[in-house]
Amino acid sequence: MSDLANTDYLECLLKSWSIKSTESLSWLNQLRAHAIDCVNTQKLPTRRDEEWRFTDISPLTHLPYQPSQSECNLQLHDIEHLTLKEAKNRLVFVDGHYSSNLSTIIDPTALVIGNLPEFVAAHASILESHLGQHVQFDNNVFAALNTAFLRDGALIIVPKNITIAEPIHLLFIATQNEVTSYPRCLVIGETGSNVTLIEDYVALQQTTYITNSVTEISLAANAHAKHIRIQRESTQAFHLANCAVSLAHASNYQSTSISLGSQISRYNLHVRLTDEAAECVIDGLTLISDRQLADTHTCIDHVKPNGTSRQQHKCIVDDAAHAVFNGKIIVRPHAQQTNSSQSSRNLLLSKTAQVDTKPQLEIFADDVKCAHGATVGQLDQEEIFYLESRGLSEKAARNLLTYAFGAEIISRIPVTSLRQQLEQAVLSQTQSN
Amino acid sequence: MIDRNSRTILSVQGLRASINGTEILKGIDLTVKSGEIHAIMGLNGSGKSTFAKVLAGHSAYEITGGSVQFEGNNLLELPPEERARAGLFLAFQYPIEIPGVANTQFLRLAYNTVQTKRGKEELDPLEFDDFVREKMKLLEMNPDFLDRSVNEGFSGGEKKRNEILQMALLEPTLSILDETDSGLDIDALKTVANGVNQIANKNNATILVTHYQRLLDYIVPDYVHVMQAGRIVMTGGKELALELETRGYDWVNTGKSITGAIA
Repeated sequence: MSDLANTDYLECLLKSWSIKSTESLSWLNQLRAHAIDCVNTQKLPTRRDEEWRFTDISPLTHLPYQPSQSECNLQLHDIEHLTLKEAKNRLVFVDGHYSSNLSTIIDPTALVIGNLPEFVAAHASILESHLGQHVQFDNNVFAALNTAFLRDGALIIVPKNITIAEPIHLLFIATQNEVTSYPRCLVIGETGSNVTLIEDYVALQQTTYITNSVTEISLAANAHAKHIRIQRESTQAFHLANCAVSLAHASNYQSTSISLGSQISRYNLHVRLTDEAAECVIDGLTLISDRQLADTHTCIDHVKPNGTSRQQHKCIVDDAAHAVFNGKIIVRPHAQQTNSSQSSRNLLLSKTAQVDTKPQLEIFADDVKCAHGATVGQLDQEEIFYLESRGLSEKAARNLLTYAFGAEIISRIPVTSLRQQLEQAVLSQTQSN
Repeated sequence: MIDRNSRTILSVQGLRASINGTEILKGIDLTVKSGEIHAIMGLNGSGKSTFAKVLAGHSAYEITGGSVQFEGNNLLELPPEERARAGLFLAFQYPIEIPGVANTQFLRLAYNTVQTKRGKEELDPLEFDDFVREKMKLLEMNPDFLDRSVNEGFSGGEKKRNEILQMALLEPTLSILDETDSGLDIDALKTVANGVNQIANKNNATILVTHYQRLLDYIVPDYVHVMQAGRIVMTGGKELALELETRGYDWVNTGKSITGAIA
């Protein structure tokens, strides 16, 4: 692909951009202007870029989809099957645009929750210090584009020492064909707070569109967050997502991300343990078939001592699908006593399925514990024999083991109804007859 | 117990088997009748675990000679799952861990699969729960093990109890216990042995594959067989195990056993 096509593509996207009249804050305009500058100095990545070596997004260059317009005609009953009964607070975005009709906010006094623009004036200083401050734009044209188009977004601020018992559902619904949507989330956990988030990308039909999302999560000292991320877009869709997490002293971030949809998806998760004794647990499951491509890039950056990270990523790949996992772990020179483990396990269900897995450890401290391992393979013959010796047919044994491979990750999701939905999805995709 | 009127459950004649072209079993003869408990002893590498796996139908082994009749039918032509459904059970030396599948789901699936094939009623989750809890008492197992993933994070003793629990649920005609005593402390060994003794009756039979005599203090065999280099080289009563314990396996080669008969 020529660079010309590249530049055209980005220009074409930017042309559709215009400053909305409602937004008069200079810091926000500056943020956008900076993002546009970043877009202008970058090119669409190609497979010549190390970070995109296995993922060819050239099909995108033919699809300079314009930003979606806000034209939501959905009623609550249209999305009822997508709601989760445990989640009392729900923010719904349709093609990236906030829908107050479909959202429910039960307790606006306990925390700050709602659509970003509503809070820009009242919470200017905290937003200014967080919005666009955690995600990196340089060498990340999609995060820059998202910021350039920044308008609606989910904002959650959990106040000091407050625990929000029920999970918060951030539901991003795609309805329009041949558009780009730019979902955005900002989650701030103040000192000692505790929250569970479900970031959920769904489509109502098998439409073709691009989702370019950015999520930023900042946890202050001793704050806890569980972050469940479900990517179940249309299998015709393109999903390009960035999530940046900053962890302060003794904070705890647990993430479970499940990738099921999209023809091409890319998820960058960047976690920075910026202060001592921070902890993160990062689990991932990719379950794809046909000609899907799902790429997960994670970076866990231990900046200060006594940090802990544990990561398990699994892929189940069928047909001619292609999964990519790149797990970088950085231990900076002063991050002594870091304890980090990473495991990448991959199950290939067909001869044409493909996995590229790459653990990448960059360790600059000398007193650390870092374990990592990667396996790619088929089901274990001894495991199959064990189940057969209990009366299960070979097929039933294979189905059960394949299901179990995915269910191990899903079983860690602390929201029962969501877990059941996903178990069902895994069951229907892993059971051959 | 040995009973003249009992029926033959297993009849092995001249069984030979190899893996990757290497012959491991070199002509095994063994007859097991209902009500009997047999112990197969031998050093590591003598072929006793291979024999257990071959009987259960492990696909890695190639049968190169001989025959095995199980209740009058040709066992060797059945795939492993049909052997299990026909009433053969192998308790594994190293039970497999299956993270992501709750033990109770797995136990019920195995139970119902085998029940259906035997033309009996399946149990729904509630009925099964009562049934399995009753069986767990036999092995003094904590009901918490039902909700945990199959064998995941179980101690050695817990895994072996879980094997015997499956045996209790599936009610096999022939149970083969492969090194069930390995890795067990004395209390766990007693509990597991007690479970096996309660399951054993005049209509079924048990084969204990073991390296040490210790297990046989708690499950008393009717016959003890000594395996060496892929053959049963000596058969005797329960005294033979004690003799092996005191004199070691070496003397088998000298052929001067007091109690055993050279096969």
